[in-house]
Parts: sequence; C-alpha cells; structure tokens
Amino acid sequence: MKYMLLLYGAQPAEPQTEQAIQEEMDEYWPYEKAITDAGVKVASDALQGVETATTVQVRDNGERVVTDGPFAETREILGGYYLIDAPDLDAALDWAARCPGSRRGGKVEVRPILEFEAP
Amino acid sequence: MTLGAAGSVEAVFREERGRLLATLVRQFGDLDLAEEVASEAVAAALEHWPVHGVPGRPAAWLLTTARRKAVDRLRRDKAYAARLALMHADAEREAVALPTEEDDVPDERLRLFFTCCHPALPIEAQTALTLRCLAGLSTPEVARAFLVPAATMAQRIVRAKRKIRDARIPFRVPDAHELPGRLPGVLRVVYLIFTEAYAASAGPELVRANLAEEAIRLARILHRLLPDEHEVMGLLALLLLVDARRAARTDAEGALVLLDEQDRSLWDRDRIAEGRTLVVAALRARAPGQYGLQAAIAAVHDEAADVATTDWPQVVELYGVLAQVAPSPLVDLNRAVAVAMRDGPAAGLELIDALADDERLRGYHLLPSARADLLRRLGQHGDAAVAYRLALETVGNEPERAYLERRLSEMVRAQR
Repeated sequence: MKYMLLLYGAQPAEPQTEQAIQEEMDEYWPYEKAITDAGVKVASDALQGVETATTVQVRDNGERVVTDGPFAETREILGGYYLIDAPDLDAALDWAARCPGSRRGGKVEVRPILEFEAP
Repeated sequence: MTLGAAGSVEAVFREERGRLLATLVRQFGDLDLAEEVASEAVAAALEHWPVHGVPGRPAAWLLTTARRKAVDRLRRDKAYAARLALMHADAEREAVALPTEEDDVPDERLRLFFTCCHPALPIEAQTALTLRCLAGLSTPEVARAFLVPAATMAQRIVRAKRKIRDARIPFRVPDAHELPGRLPGVLRVVYLIFTEAYAASAGPELVRANLAEEAIRLARILHRLLPDEHEVMGLLALLLLVDARRAARTDAEGALVLLDEQDRSLWDRDRIAEGRTLVVAALRARAPGQYGLQAAIAAVHDEAADVATTDWPQVVELYGVLAQVAPSPLVDLNRAVAVAMRDGPAAGLELIDALADDERLRGYHLLPSARADLLRRLGQHGDAAVAYRLALETVGNEPERAYLERRLSEMVRAQR
C-alpha cells in the first residue's frame, strides 16, 4: 500500500545559514539511504520555498486566476514529500518518525494513496 | 452448560463474541465483515442451541458457522472479494498459521485491542470501538455509555472503521520494542472508560455500574493476555480497589457520599483483597508506573478503618512519586488534599492556592470544591460559600451538584 509522507515545517524567519542547511542535509542522507535500501521509497522531492509558490484557479466561466503565494496562508508550510510503499500504517508511521522532517518542530502528515481500479 | 431463555445464551456470548471477532478479523482482515458474520453466527446459535442443545465445543461451532457465512458472502459479492483478496495477498506474506481444527481457538483479542486503541484514531473512537468490539456492547449501548445520541455514535464508529480499512491500520500486536510506546494508549482507553463510569461527566447518576464492570472486564482480559506487564496489573488493581467502594459512594437516594462519611462495611472485601494482591505485584516493577502508584494510593484508603486513621503521610508520599512519574495538576491537587489531612487544612490550602492559576485546571469543579471543603473545615464560611458557588458553575453530574449545593447552604446558614 502506498502512502504519502507530507513534510511540514515552520517558515524560517530569516534565510537559513549555509551551516544549518548542511546540517539538515547531513540528517537526510542516512534516511535517504535507509528508505531506498529498504525498497520502501517510490519517490521523494524537496520543494523550493513557499515564496516561489504560485496558485492557479480556473473559475466556472473559464477564467484563469493566477495569484502569488500558496493556497493557504498557514504557519506551517509543505516543504517536501516521500511517496512510499509500506505494508500497513504502522510501517508508514515508523518511516515518518524516522524522517528528519518530523523533528525540530517539523511534522510529517501520513496520507494513504487512493488507488483506482483499472478502467 | 444448561440454557434457559435466549437471554442467558446472549450472556454466554458476551465474552465469546470478542474472541470470535478477533479470530475472524485475523483471518479475513476486515472488521466490518467480521462483525457481520460474528453477529450472524451468534444469531444462528440463538436459534439452534435452545432447540438442538449446545454443541460440545461452542467456540468452534461459532467460528465455523461465522467462517462459512463469510465465505458465502464473499462468493456473492465478487467486488468485495476481489478487494479482500488483494489485502489477503499481503497478509499471506506474513504466513498466517490458522488453526484448521478449531479445537483450541487461539486468543487473538490482543491484536484487536491494539487496533481499536490505535493512536491514529481519535480517542472517542478508541473507547467506542473497544467497548463495541471487545466488550461486545451494541452501538446504542456505547452511545448511552457516553451520553451521546445513537446516530452520532454510529457515525463515529463507522468513520473509525473506515479509517482502519482505508489507511490500513494493521491488526497486530506491537513488537516488544514498540510495546512501551503503544501499551499506555490501550491502558488509557480502559482507564477512560472506567473514569467515565466512576464519575459520570453528566447525567442523573454518579456511578454507572455496568460501565465500571465493563472496564474491569476489559482490564482482566488485558491482564490475562499480558500477564507480565506491571502497568496492566496496576490498572486492574486500581479499578478493583476504587470500584470496591462503589456501594458506599452514594446513599439510598443516589446522593454522593464522600470518603470521610462512607459506611466502610459496604466496601467489597473480595475486590479489595484481589486488588491488593495485584498492586503488590505491580509495584515490584523496576520503576512503578502511574496506574500501579494510583492503585497503591487506593489500597492505603481501602485498608484504613476510617479517614482519621488513614496513613496520610504515605498517601502524600505516593502522590509525590506519582507527580514525578505522571505530572498533572490533578495529581498536585490530590496531593494538596492529602497534605491537608496530614498537616491540617491551612497547609493544604496553601498548596491549592498555588495551583489556582494553572490553566489546565480551568473549567474543572474539583479545584474550587477541594478549596471550599478546606475553607469550611477552617471555619471560613464566607470564603467557603464563594468557592462552593464557583465549583457549582462547572460541576457535571447531579449527585455531585447536590453535594455542593448542600454544603453551600450549610455555609450560608453558618454565616447568619
């Protein structure tokens, strides 16, 4: 069964120092290796900052509305994801708990993927 | 086994149903299907047994009947079967060894406990599912237990079952290394069921006897399944030692009787004896847990002939340890009351006033009512009346309200 781990974190008040970025990377490498070696990871990406986000909406009359910024103004922002294949929720929660994104005030939301039967 | 009315057959099933359900869930991996065929099997037994006699192995009869009904259903509903087969393919990898001869049906209820009390479910759903699947209560019974409309409870249960299925919350006992993280959640559910029974959050009765019995039954099952877990012993001991006083906690009219005025001859000696044995075992743990410590406090009360000769220094001591193991303003409040018994009301009052600003106690009647009782004992009737009024603003059930009102009118009279 596939699950999406959505990595949320607080928007940093000021740009992260190079050292802080390096520290974060150093935490992610062993996790990346472990989740890949276990054959659990399907895909993963980190997203650029929320200041680069653009939101698109097409109204009922066909009008395209493009606005700067994320869809919802929240304190916690989506920073990346892991798409994983795990036998059950407990296994998915274990991978979420091991993810560096669940530490230092960060949170990981675990959502099962909706599977459609082939048409 | 002799069987009279269908009602007594039903009683036999209360215990059996949880086991049956757990075994079926294990085999078919689907709680809904398991519940339906378990109910059908019980219904079939209610029809057959009074006429043809109870089979030699009732549990095996029920399991076989339920399985047959499940297979029939899967044959009829192809789409459902396909989905289950998919889930099964995963389950197969786990190499499930199911008994072919149901002579000794293994007890799979522990799995079901951990599923029903999974932290991914909201706590209200955890208590509801546990009462339904493991205590065998019907949805309307569960609704009554928590004083919510049956439709609300039904929806809560449906939503929880849907999450179990869609997010694939597993039916499994956590590994030894996971157990310390997961067991407290299960114990908390049983404890919450008991506290709701012990002091109803609303309604006409103080104690809901049936619900208290269910909580004790659930704790007993857990203790049987996890005989070496100290906190399970502690929880069962706590429930027994507190419930032992049930008959004395209300008078003939259902009014609240506090510890100092209770007729201790009404206390259930058997429960106290059983609880004491358990609490001794529970406290042998390297680090006693919160339930073991609470049980120890309950045991000190249960052993005393009256409030005056209660070993208050030991109660204060135990609350002190409990405050370290499981810090909570309620524990501090209880400790303050015990200090008042040991050193006099003024000493207790000082500690209670230090808690007055704790946000977490806001909205609870217990702090102002404890404060009021101490002020009353100090003869400060005016201040006591103010505190009783404050407590009345937030009290939940009728007997507690009546007690506070009685005390308030005493204070008002004393001032005249």
